[in-house]
Amino acid sequence: MTFPSEPDAVGRDLPRRDGAAKVLGTATYAYETPLANAAYLHAVQATIARGRVTELDTTAAEALDGVVAVLTPSSAERLASTEDRELAVLQDEEVAFRGQVVALVVADSSEVARHAAALVRVSYAQVAHDAELRADREDLYAPETVNPGLPTDTAEGDVDAAMAAAEVTVEETYTTAMYHNNPMEPHATTALWDPAGDGFLTLWDSTQGVHATRAAMASVFGLDEARVRVVCPYVGGGFGSKGQPHVNVVLAALAARAVPGRPVRLALTRQQMFSLAGYRTPTIQRCRLGADRDGTLTALAIDVVEQTSRIKEFAEQTGVPARMMYASPNRRTTHRLAALDVPVPSWMRAPGECPGMFGPEVAMDELAECLGIDPIELRIRNEPRVEPGSGKPFSTRNLVGCLREGAVRFGWSERDPRPGARRRGDWLVGTGVATSTYPVARMPKSTATIRREGDRYVAEIGAADLGTGTWTTLPQIAADALGVPVDSVDVRIGDTDYPMASVAGGSSGMTTWGSAVVEAARAFRTKYGTAPLDGDEASGTVGPPDDRYAMHAFGAQFAEAHVHRDTGEVRVPRLLGVFATGRIINPRTARSQFIGGMTMGLSMALHEKSVLDPRTGHVVNHDFAEYHITANADVDEIEAHWLPEHDPHANAMGSKGIGEIGIVGTAAAVSNAVWHACGVRVRDLPITLDKVLHALEAQSER
Amino acid sequence: MKPFDYRSPADAATAVRIVGGDPGAVFLGGGTNLVDHLKLGVVEPGLVVGVAGLLPAEVEELGGGALRIGAGVNNSELAADPRVREWFPVLSQALLSGASGQLRNMASVGGNPLQRTRCVYFQDVTTPCNKRKPGSGCSVVGGWTRHHAILGASEHCIAVHPSDMAVALAALEARARVLGPDGERTIPFVDLHRLPGDAPDRDTVLEHGELITAIDLPAQPIARRSAYRKVRDRASYAFALVSVAAALDVADGVIVDARVAFGGVAHAPWRAYRAEEALRGAPASDRSYRAAADAELADARPAEGLDGGNAFKIPLLRRTLAATLRDLVGEDAR
Ligand SMILES: Cc1cc2nc3c(=O)[nH]c(=O)nc-3n(C[C@H](O)[C@H](O)[C@H](O)COP(=O)(O)OP(=O)(O)OC[C@H]3O[C@@H](n4cnc5c(N)ncnc54)[C@H](O)[C@@H]3O)c2cc1C
Repeated sequence: MTFPSEPDAVGRDLPRRDGAAKVLGTATYAYETPLANAAYLHAVQATIARGRVTELDTTAAEALDGVVAVLTPSSAERLASTEDRELAVLQDEEVAFRGQVVALVVADSSEVARHAAALVRVSYAQVAHDAELRADREDLYAPETVNPGLPTDTAEGDVDAAMAAAEVTVEETYTTAMYHNNPMEPHATTALWDPAGDGFLTLWDSTQGVHATRAAMASVFGLDEARVRVVCPYVGGGFGSKGQPHVNVVLAALAARAVPGRPVRLALTRQQMFSLAGYRTPTIQRCRLGADRDGTLTALAIDVVEQTSRIKEFAEQTGVPARMMYASPNRRTTHRLAALDVPVPSWMRAPGECPGMFGPEVAMDELAECLGIDPIELRIRNEPRVEPGSGKPFSTRNLVGCLREGAVRFGWSERDPRPGARRRGDWLVGTGVATSTYPVARMPKSTATIRREGDRYVAEIGAADLGTGTWTTLPQIAADALGVPVDSVDVRIGDTDYPMASVAGGSSGMTTWGSAVVEAARAFRTKYGTAPLDGDEASGTVGPPDDRYAMHAFGAQFAEAHVHRDTGEVRVPRLLGVFATGRIINPRTARSQFIGGMTMGLSMALHEKSVLDPRTGHVVNHDFAEYHITANADVDEIEAHWLPEHDPHANAMGSKGIGEIGIVGTAAAVSNAVWHACGVRVRDLPITLDKVLHALEAQSER
Repeated sequence: MKPFDYRSPADAATAVRIVGGDPGAVFLGGGTNLVDHLKLGVVEPGLVVGVAGLLPAEVEELGGGALRIGAGVNNSELAADPRVREWFPVLSQALLSGASGQLRNMASVGGNPLQRTRCVYFQDVTTPCNKRKPGSGCSVVGGWTRHHAILGASEHCIAVHPSDMAVALAALEARARVLGPDGERTIPFVDLHRLPGDAPDRDTVLEHGELITAIDLPAQPIARRSAYRKVRDRASYAFALVSVAAALDVADGVIVDARVAFGGVAHAPWRAYRAEEALRGAPASDRSYRAAADAELADARPAEGLDGGNAFKIPLLRRTLAATLRDLVGEDAR
């Protein structure tokens, strides 16, 4: 049987299956895995940004009561693979960024470990470092590809000529800040090396992909994958930072192998999260738009400058959404990187699309302003018929529907386009719009098994639930694929003992794992019919994507911004998003993803910024008192809606990924609303009061 | 964190004797600031002496509208006290603008004014800081100065005092009652905190072993028309970029008397005597408010740094003072 066109479980507003365990505190996270006699690990970090460790004096640390082991580059085991230099920890004396781990301490308690780590005396031969991203650097280079393997540059037509000939142009530089993912649960690992036989490594790790972590660790330690197990039933958030193992996993495993038979626990401190767990690069985006008087785009270009680390390249695909969002005969997108003495950047919710829909979407608003055309209308006029670049038809593209539906719900038609024209009490009031997009991704590999156990069905797959809802949504898919009530289906996820699953990344989880589950159900029914016996089981594997189509999710976000006329404080009392993301598997978990993404987008718009002091090379506001994340009082009315959409080409369920699109476009909508409120274009995030204050000063002088 | 001993003696006098006799000992109030510093290694005491439970935990009426606030009262209770809300609204508002509900439940009246600067370089033991380690140098200048001082700073330190409550107390003629190894004394609240000068490691004039036991608020009719306005980088749960505590006495559109203090701009809560002077006798108008701010800010010096430094605080403070006073005067008195 195939997936039903009128599903029963899919689409239902079912509560989270893991909700009660989380609320009661019985859900166990990686660090708290119940194991006897655990030891605790604390890392010693470099206090220079570049150079060499010349001496590590561990005498005082080792003398401390309760210290079990101290590992340094000279005492730690040699790793089998040091190819990934982020993971090649304690292999040599070189320091490539401030905060890099130069030694580790294992002790009977976390307090003793931390104290001992502070007693390790490190001497350095320091070399001048370079940690400052600027667009005018001479050493910018073009990476071979940008994440996840896309072309670095694209060009169609002649942008310069089209800009010169255009009736109206916008040419501005926009910047987004450095951001840290900062999930509530820090990166944490409990590791156990069982020395019996050839040895066996078990890792309870907070990860978005148990199999990806196993593969990486097996390679780093030169172990057969059969001798490594990774377990992760619950994740306290990841936002991409747990998509690939970071150094914490290697540290825990190194320590565990140094104290065989004894579990070792490691949780990064919040401060350590700012140097060891990935982050989003700051971006500098030079955007150019050229258009006819009627708003038809004739040129569209984005030239991106961003950073990576000297030891490992990560090229955020910031220019990529500009490749397909709007029609334009002339188009150019480029990416250039500066390789700096900084921590290693990585995935953060909607890499590429999130920063890359800031500059262009503010630029579109600026163009609408120049043209005197409504910003929604401007976007509708530039709807492409087929995907620009590839020329492929879209599987479904309901951007216009999102804009129209959002306009009605938000009350856009009453909007007076003039900036700075409305006031409510002491607040200047404005509204803005921007669009969202995210590609439909399907990972090449994932397998699920379905088994009859007594009178129940069990689906097993090494998938992850990082708060996204997998525990709840996979049973919905399995139930419909099997044609049984959802209450009769259990799932088991988050363990490499289950069939291989891809990482929860790129909003690919439901498409990939869901397809594997549907295939497994099909195989199961083919084999056993509708009256299976206890123990009957069948597996299914995700198939290749239908690459005749361009597949993307779309959305439109509307924001109301208030700017205080005296202080310039910015508030966003209302956010409204409308999304077209295929069939919604579960409205409850979906809404949570959308409004969570929008809240994170609001946070990016108004608050978040990792302040990297180029003199020291580290993020100086490395805790939650100083690195501001939008708090409850900043979020007022926030609504997410979706259009009824079914994408038959995306997957059997007709769904698209929804975990990331919510953060895309929010910051631009807010910036556009701030302009509408007070007449100031804030092109550099975050939108803090100092950036609008000068204009308020000028207004009150008048 | 370095291990330390912990004691919780039965009374304040014993606590003072223990701490006074041990240079490596510190008092622990609600612990919301000290415990962070213990973890970060910002301070490494050998002995921590708990005082939260042995300090007076009531707000006592001294007659005529004066109050004595026990140092063991927590920040939430003080903010909710009906007498404080009616007689000294600026104090209640300042408390409620600080930290979060959970923190205010823990934080004590004695500990709040003695919380230490949030300067990120002070809180990071891997960067030099004259306040944390005298003579080691200051890391801020040229770095992240957004939250730093524009008034009264020195070449050794440009940190600001982070407390909101202290700004209100500075405007209210409060007095700190202190028990020390040499007995009791009272210190006018405006004299409690120091400017950094060449000894930024000393936040206050308190000697080692001196314990705040209470804060006295004299009766002040002017304080009934008072307010606290805090401007910050998010709607809640953030320290002030600038803040204004103000009380006004206005008659027939003329300012009879004023009390003004600023937060977020100096090493101490900043009592704005020059602004008060400029306001006295002036018409209650935006122009007077701005002139008052200009009088106080004549010597303001911004700190250069990342993202344009903190020069924005000067216009921001001027505008915030004007807005606060305008709101206090209200439509009725205009
Ligand atoms: C995330 C966060 C946000 C915050 N936001 C704000 C804010 O917006 N505004 C604000 O004003 N505050 C804010 N705070 C700070 C908070 O108000 C203070 O930490 C609190 O008031 C300190 O009181 P405590 O009793 O916990 O002091 P403790 O941490 O116990 O002590 C602080 C210091 O005072 C000393 N001490 C304590 N009691 C006495 C006493 N009776 N006599 C002498 N010395 C004593 C201690 O030795 C220590 O040096 C925030 C704190 C955090 C963690």
